[in-house]
Amino acid sequence: MDYSNLRRQAASMKKGLFDQGYLDEQFCQVEDLQDDASPNFTEEVVTLFFKDSARLISNIEQALEKYPKDFSRWDAYMQQLKGSCSSIGASRMKSECKSFRDYCGQGNTEGCMRSFQKVKREHGALRQKLEAYFQLVRQAGPAGAATRPSV
Amino acid sequence: MALADATAFPYGLRVLVVDDDPTWLKILEKMLRKCSYEVTTCGLASVALQILRERRNKFDIVISDVNMPDMDGFKLLEHIGLEMDLPVIMMSIDGETNRVMKGVQHGACDYLLKPVRMKELRNIWQHVYRKKMHEVKEIEGHDSCDDLQIFRNGCEGLDERGLFMRADSDTMRKRKDVDKDHADQDSSDGATVKKARVVWSVDLHQKFVNAVNQIGFDKVGPKKILDLMNVPGLTRENVASHLQKYRLYLSRLQKQNEERIMGAGRQDFSHNGPSDNLNLRSSFQEQPSNLANGFQHSSQKIQVQANILDPNLEDTKIVAPLKVPDKNGNPAIDVVDPQNVTSASPLGGVLSFERMAVNKDRKPTEAMILECQSWSGSVPPKQFMQYPKHNHARCDLLGDYSCLPKPDLEHPITQGHLYAPPPVISMSCSVEGDVRDFSDVKPDLLGCMKSLSPALTCTVDSAQLSDSVVTSTNSDQKFSSVEGLSSDKDCYFDLARNQATLVSSDEASIICGTDLARLPDDLSDYQLQGVSFENIGLNNFDLFQCNDTMILPGLQNNWYDDPEFSSEMIESPLVDGCLFA
Repeated sequence: MDYSNLRRQAASMKKGLFDQGYLDEQFCQVEDLQDDASPNFTEEVVTLFFKDSARLISNIEQALEKYPKDFSRWDAYMQQLKGSCSSIGASRMKSECKSFRDYCGQGNTEGCMRSFQKVKREHGALRQKLEAYFQLVRQAGPAGAATRPSV
Repeated sequence: MALADATAFPYGLRVLVVDDDPTWLKILEKMLRKCSYEVTTCGLASVALQILRERRNKFDIVISDVNMPDMDGFKLLEHIGLEMDLPVIMMSIDGETNRVMKGVQHGACDYLLKPVRMKELRNIWQHVYRKKMHEVKEIEGHDSCDDLQIFRNGCEGLDERGLFMRADSDTMRKRKDVDKDHADQDSSDGATVKKARVVWSVDLHQKFVNAVNQIGFDKVGPKKILDLMNVPGLTRENVASHLQKYRLYLSRLQKQNEERIMGAGRQDFSHNGPSDNLNLRSSFQEQPSNLANGFQHSSQKIQVQANILDPNLEDTKIVAPLKVPDKNGNPAIDVVDPQNVTSASPLGGVLSFERMAVNKDRKPTEAMILECQSWSGSVPPKQFMQYPKHNHARCDLLGDYSCLPKPDLEHPITQGHLYAPPPVISMSCSVEGDVRDFSDVKPDLLGCMKSLSPALTCTVDSAQLSDSVVTSTNSDQKFSSVEGLSSDKDCYFDLARNQATLVSSDEASIICGTDLARLPDDLSDYQLQGVSFENIGLNNFDLFQCNDTMILPGLQNNWYDDPEFSSEMIESPLVDGCLFA
């Protein structure tokens, strides 16, 4: 398989991620930062994001268990995760974080729990998709990441 | 030249980024690097403060997240504003108006919403530039106020030399900046601007405070104050800006007091027993506020910031009352040597006494090093001296906070001394013996000196301690005049060679130019203030026990330990000088 084909695949995959709302413009911002000085910048950032967001998610999980109905604490933790999502433009995850916080505001434990499960699902889904994407990008060579999807 | 500077300026802007989110930190770092800025990143607010304190003058601007686990971003902002006076950009994920407002109120120069874009970051140099411009404006007009607080300094053991010193090399630095920035502006322009500048002298500030009191704090407005003050040449804008600072200052005081009371237990007293510590603390808190006035904030404890250092002693544990023969042959006078004073540097470091002047042939007269700056909130202008309970005399002097420029840390002299101790302004004089020496002293100050017990000898020492000044520890002391007009650079190198800053003589002929107008820029560096005088006539002494209000609780310890003169300790209800911060 030649590289241009791989590149096309990667590009269309990315477009899919945008179309399905997994990612937003911020992801392109991050990709734009990639340069010769740090050719794997996007992937590094995304890896860092998943590492850190996993930590945050487990924090929230513990807080939900340990501090029942402590909505302000839950909210504070989720705020952190939401901020983290904004860094790579993890759009769907971010909006789920937002609804969690809304439930916190309403004092709705049920809603929070449901929402948190969704956050975790989004997190897992995004991770899977981005892993596949970066695998393609790596195969396609350095130019693969540079193309911006025509959204 | 100015143009070339202007185009080159943003390049290499030194930015400190503080964010607890590692992903954002990485992205921001990269973005800023792409803007050709020099970036330092840091994941914790407390670490950021530490970095800023240790690497003073190594940053131009700080970008900080609002939500951080260890310290609220606003608090960090406040610390930075007070201690380093750097422009701070806040950022957060949500842009609720009240949060942004809070950031602005706390002094953020900008508030960015995440996701932060590179084009926003590319533009942040403007804040640095703007600040620089303001600084330039601030220092214009300094020349007109040199009469403000000039007092004579005598320095220890330097009988052979008498030099004039104006400790305003910071001004020199800024003046240089002016030159740089306004190279093509003609100098006559500068002269006219100078006249327009207002220097908030003690008297002027007192008038201002009186006016505020008269009107009532909740009702004050710049115009009303202006009318009441009735000072020709003062504009509404001048008053408005001062009022703003004054309000900020008061609210800070209040906040700090609350913190202090709550955080009393956290204090770290390195050389003192915990019981002493508590005594001091409680007595401080019990001290009635002499300055209580009609303000909303009247309930606040008035604070003193003190830093009492003894340069004569490398070991701060020694206490010795000294028999001091006056240089003019006047009768010997007992002087209490304020040793045993640890001083916490406002920068959070404990002062290294090895750096201080250790004059091997020192005279006993140089017993005290005092640095003081105090503002009595509502006390009438002339009342520099107050008589708190026990009839202890107190003298509030205005210290000089403009200090010599800090050298780069790479400099061999200062390497390893990351904390800049505050400058110590001192004064050696005998009121009884030679009042003439005070001809340069401001009337208020002089009055204050005179009104102390007649037998009083104040011995103050002029040692400037800053990064740049490693006051001579070597016996062959050489001193260069730090005349105000000499260039910044010259001073710097002199200092680097350990050859400057201590100037003294029998004649006590050092003039230390102090100038409140310079304070805004410098205060942040030198916040420990206070004064300690011995009132011999009363056979006891006054101690102004103070805490730096701005530094972290753990670093707020200034205490005084005095086994021999354990008569009394007073925490004086002074107001610190942070109004001008």
